[in-house]
Amino acid sequence: MENLTVDICVVGGGMAGMTAAIEAAEIGKEVALIEREAYLGGRVARMYHYFPKQCPPSCGLEVNYRRIRQNARIHFYTLADVESVDGQDGAYTVKVRQNPRFVNEKCTACGECEIACELERESDFDYGLKKTKAIYLPHQLAFPLRHVVDPAFAGDAKMKAAADACPVDAIDLGQQAENFEVKATAVVWATGWKPYDASRIENLGFGQCKNVITNVMMERLAAPNGPTDGKILRPSDQKEPTRIAFAQCAGSRDENHLPYCSAICCSATIKQAGYVREKLPDAEVHVFYIDIRTPGRLEDIYTNAQDDGKLFFHRGKAARVTEKPGTGNLVIEAENTITGEKSEMEVDLVVLATGMVPNTADETPTSDAARDDFGFLVDGSTGVIGAGVATRPLDVSASVQDATGKAMKAICTKARE
Amino acid sequence: MADEIERKPAVYICTGCDIAGAIDIDALVNVAEKEAKVPICRTHECLCTDEGAALIKKDIADEGINGVVISGCSSRINTDIFNFGPDVYVDRIPMREFVTWCHEPNDEDTQMLAEDYIRMGTVRAQNAAPPNAFEEEVGKRILVVGGGMAGLNAALSTVDAGYETVLVEKEGVLGGWSSRFTKAFPKKPPYRDLQETGIDDLVAQVEGNDKIKVYTSSTVGEISGQPGQFDVTINNGSGDAAERIGAIVLASGWRPYAPEKLGHLGYGKCKNVVTNLDVEKMAKEGDFIRPSDGQPVKSVAFIQCAGSRDQDHLPYCSGVCCRVSLKQAKYIREKYPDAKVYILYKDLRSPGQYELFYAQVQEDEGIFLTKGEVAEVKEEANGQVTVALDDTLLGESIEVTADMVVLASGMVPSTKVEEFNAAGDGATPAEDSDGAAEAADAASATDATEATADGASAESGAGILNLTYRLGTDLPNIKYGFPDSHFICFPYETRRTGIYAAGAVRAPMDMASCVSDARGAAMKAIQCVEMLSRGEAVHPRSGDISYPDFLLQRCTQCKRCTEECPFGTLNEDEKGTPLVNLLRCRRCGICTGSCPERIISFTNHSVQMTSKVIKAIDVPDEEEEKPRILVFVCENDALPAFETAAMKRMKYSSMVRIIPLRCLGNINIIWIADSLSAGFDAVMLFGCKHGDDYQCHYVKGSELADYRMGNVQEKLKQLVLEEERVRIHELAIDEYDKVPQIIDEYVEEIEEIGPNPYKGF
Repeated sequence: MENLTVDICVVGGGMAGMTAAIEAAEIGKEVALIEREAYLGGRVARMYHYFPKQCPPSCGLEVNYRRIRQNARIHFYTLADVESVDGQDGAYTVKVRQNPRFVNEKCTACGECEIACELERESDFDYGLKKTKAIYLPHQLAFPLRHVVDPAFAGDAKMKAAADACPVDAIDLGQQAENFEVKATAVVWATGWKPYDASRIENLGFGQCKNVITNVMMERLAAPNGPTDGKILRPSDQKEPTRIAFAQCAGSRDENHLPYCSAICCSATIKQAGYVREKLPDAEVHVFYIDIRTPGRLEDIYTNAQDDGKLFFHRGKAARVTEKPGTGNLVIEAENTITGEKSEMEVDLVVLATGMVPNTADETPTSDAARDDFGFLVDGSTGVIGAGVATRPLDVSASVQDATGKAMKAICTKARE
Repeated sequence: MADEIERKPAVYICTGCDIAGAIDIDALVNVAEKEAKVPICRTHECLCTDEGAALIKKDIADEGINGVVISGCSSRINTDIFNFGPDVYVDRIPMREFVTWCHEPNDEDTQMLAEDYIRMGTVRAQNAAPPNAFEEEVGKRILVVGGGMAGLNAALSTVDAGYETVLVEKEGVLGGWSSRFTKAFPKKPPYRDLQETGIDDLVAQVEGNDKIKVYTSSTVGEISGQPGQFDVTINNGSGDAAERIGAIVLASGWRPYAPEKLGHLGYGKCKNVVTNLDVEKMAKEGDFIRPSDGQPVKSVAFIQCAGSRDQDHLPYCSGVCCRVSLKQAKYIREKYPDAKVYILYKDLRSPGQYELFYAQVQEDEGIFLTKGEVAEVKEEANGQVTVALDDTLLGESIEVTADMVVLASGMVPSTKVEEFNAAGDGATPAEDSDGAAEAADAASATDATEATADGASAESGAGILNLTYRLGTDLPNIKYGFPDSHFICFPYETRRTGIYAAGAVRAPMDMASCVSDARGAAMKAIQCVEMLSRGEAVHPRSGDISYPDFLLQRCTQCKRCTEECPFGTLNEDEKGTPLVNLLRCRRCGICTGSCPERIISFTNHSVQMTSKVIKAIDVPDEEEEKPRILVFVCENDALPAFETAAMKRMKYSSMVRIIPLRCLGNINIIWIADSLSAGFDAVMLFGCKHGDDYQCHYVKGSELADYRMGNVQEKLKQLVLEEERVRIHELAIDEYDKVPQIIDEYVEEIEEIGPNPYKGF
């Protein structure tokens, strides 16, 4: 693959990275956008709705895809890993490995390969709640709209059937990874977040009780392209739940897990409670919380939620979730953090409002990049520029805002004298 | 314009993706060659290959083809391959997504459908020309209104990016509220210690920068013109100054919620009830003393959400007050180590890493945090103040008595000060449509339809920008005075092109957020002038160079276009003829839909063109019992939903013919008349959700379509046609699963009603 020289190299093609790249390119800068997954859009592409408007993320994403499609200054790469970043302001070299998609640009997303493919794999897009074929579209409104082969299956002899089914000869199972370099004046690091590993909060039963799920899994259950085609069904028996509990601060604001507040989980829960109540009008929803944090005009969704006669807010932190044998039902125990008083409630689905962990907790852009104790990038006057949730927990709107500001910082980056 | 160069379109029919297996390709070629009489019609088994594209390029070079109709896949894929440069008009017929993937293969009705799409595409290509970018002189200086934390940062980053800046501040000195604050929240790890605000350094940087022209003690007198060509007058005491400006950052900040309205919390009734701003003043002066007797305080109680999160005052959360009280508690405790501080709150809000600061405050033995609802605030004989608290965590009512009570009062955006802070108790300002009537007045509207047609054009009337726009003098706001138009995905967008808000006027925020927010808004401002200088539209049709042309000789001064443009593009002369400001235009085409005279056209999209497309469709006679339903879809959300339904191979009736529009607000009611007189049995419209949580990319488009269809119903009655024959639906982009059912049920309904009686006339 050819090396590239640009003004700005953006790492991470989620909401923040896409924003930084597009905003800079529309000013007139040449931009490289490097994304690890097979599609742009990142975490939000996996969401059903945004708060506070209960609107689908694909609506805004589609605008951004269009901006990318018509802008020749944006050079984007999917399935691309950054191997190293060297240099300094004004002269960075980013080494990138382009992983094989096993499907070339001739693909028209017609889907014949999927029909012919017998192999299945667990969908990480759906947090393992669903299986797809080993050759699959990342999701229905994906960009680029092109199939991809799970690398674990590329060498499987049975993949030949899929390759043969392609009418345009787009499947190339022999594709190899390639390396290339991007030279850039500034680097924006927008690698986003992952949900906190809920199984580490042992007392809340995730991984032990089937009907304890996380908030990101709830998004997939509600999404029309999710494992249940948008029906809220509990995992153990695929039945509609009648009483659902949300456990706030599942990991966040907890010395033993994430000492910081993940900032979005309260609004996310109120949003989820909203669509659960719309999809299941007879169901009761109970939210166990320490403080409800809905800043600015997000307060409106909390205000409105309090008018719902079947949506209850309980001040108290969920202390324990246990399964009632034989029923799949759960008993959630909540604790008043001041008095220590405990209460119990039986429910048939528990949603853990798990927090955000920056991906920079595991991987740092450069060895000298400043990070805080939790792995968030710390803003500095020079160096790689963190954007979006790589710097602190943010909701979508705030991520876009932050990334736009960081794009400004990037275009102002000058070579060291 | 379209008629300047003779249109010479060719048709290319892709037979790949099993299209040839589902429809008779030869018959399609026949339609193109014999009926539409295009000079060239070719088929190819895979047009999206280099070979396919080369075939087309050769015809462009050798045969002078300047319009290319591609029957194959959606324009949402293979965009680059089918881009043949600025001189060639490209029309993509999604034959897979509209025909072969969602209708029965090798079926008579499917074939008729496919042939109609060839007719529609060729007619478009015969009438449409690729756009040429307009050339207008675009100035690139940036005006920043407001010299506080956000404004100063906006100015500095704009200059850093290489653009000259003019900064207007109404006070005599720069710095804004931040200058009055002693410390800022802990923004740096380990997030425990208060920081310097840094405001003095910022002011010095701005004052010392010769690329920033600073006007203090000044206000904006008037802003006329359009982005790239704004003429700004600045009132600066010693007369008016004039500046030519490209784009504007509104950083006019916030005002404290009027404490006089907090009488229920003791303000104005108890001498020792003060606000958090009074505490900042005390911190600057170095002493925390009781107003009643000038004695240092030994105990202080903070009441959180004083006015905020209150339906009778500020319904929103001011976002910063919890942290302000934590900060001020630290001030007091550092000054008086023996003092006791109580923070009485509903929910303590310290998002993100600020939780660490909260944790640090909780470690302080002299600070007591108590959750509850304030029931009463009363003055004791000794001047102390007692706060009664209900609904505490302990489940009981308690009382806290302190030397001084601090009201953690909230932030009002400067756009809404007069309304929120108006005298009288609890006057929540009218929002949105309620405010529309006033706005209409302010805009000297003479036409009563305005408020109905464009309710939310309610400009905030803040008197900050003083725009000479037909639709009002300030940025329209959606709620509570915050002037953004695309909340969530595009937080900087407003409904006035080239004007972006930053800082606490955009949303309640702290100083650190103002810094980054200002950079983002400055980024949008310089982006706007750069795009306009290339003749490109800004959000959401970013990069589009097509623009509307007004044939004003035939204008009847009905003012619909000037009233309905969501972005205030058009002013009016004294007769009511539109004065076009193209640099304000977003190219949505809502004006083309509004115009009863059909005089507003793009080179690649016009009312006449679509009328011809409608007339090109073959409508069978009544006896054939094949109803025809015309479907207008918004290309932003509804079209991808239709295409996704097709990708999922969901089948629906082949009696429909789909015409995508730039926005549903693009719909001109003449097309309804055209359809019905051409024999169509019904017309469906699919657009984005409107109302408070609108999803329309152009804010008002789908709402305007709904409004126009209301008028169509009247016409239908006059023609003695059933009102069911025109139906409008909201369809979100992810509601693709609903498409087949909505269509099939409607086709059934229309079949029951029976054929259009005008069919065949």
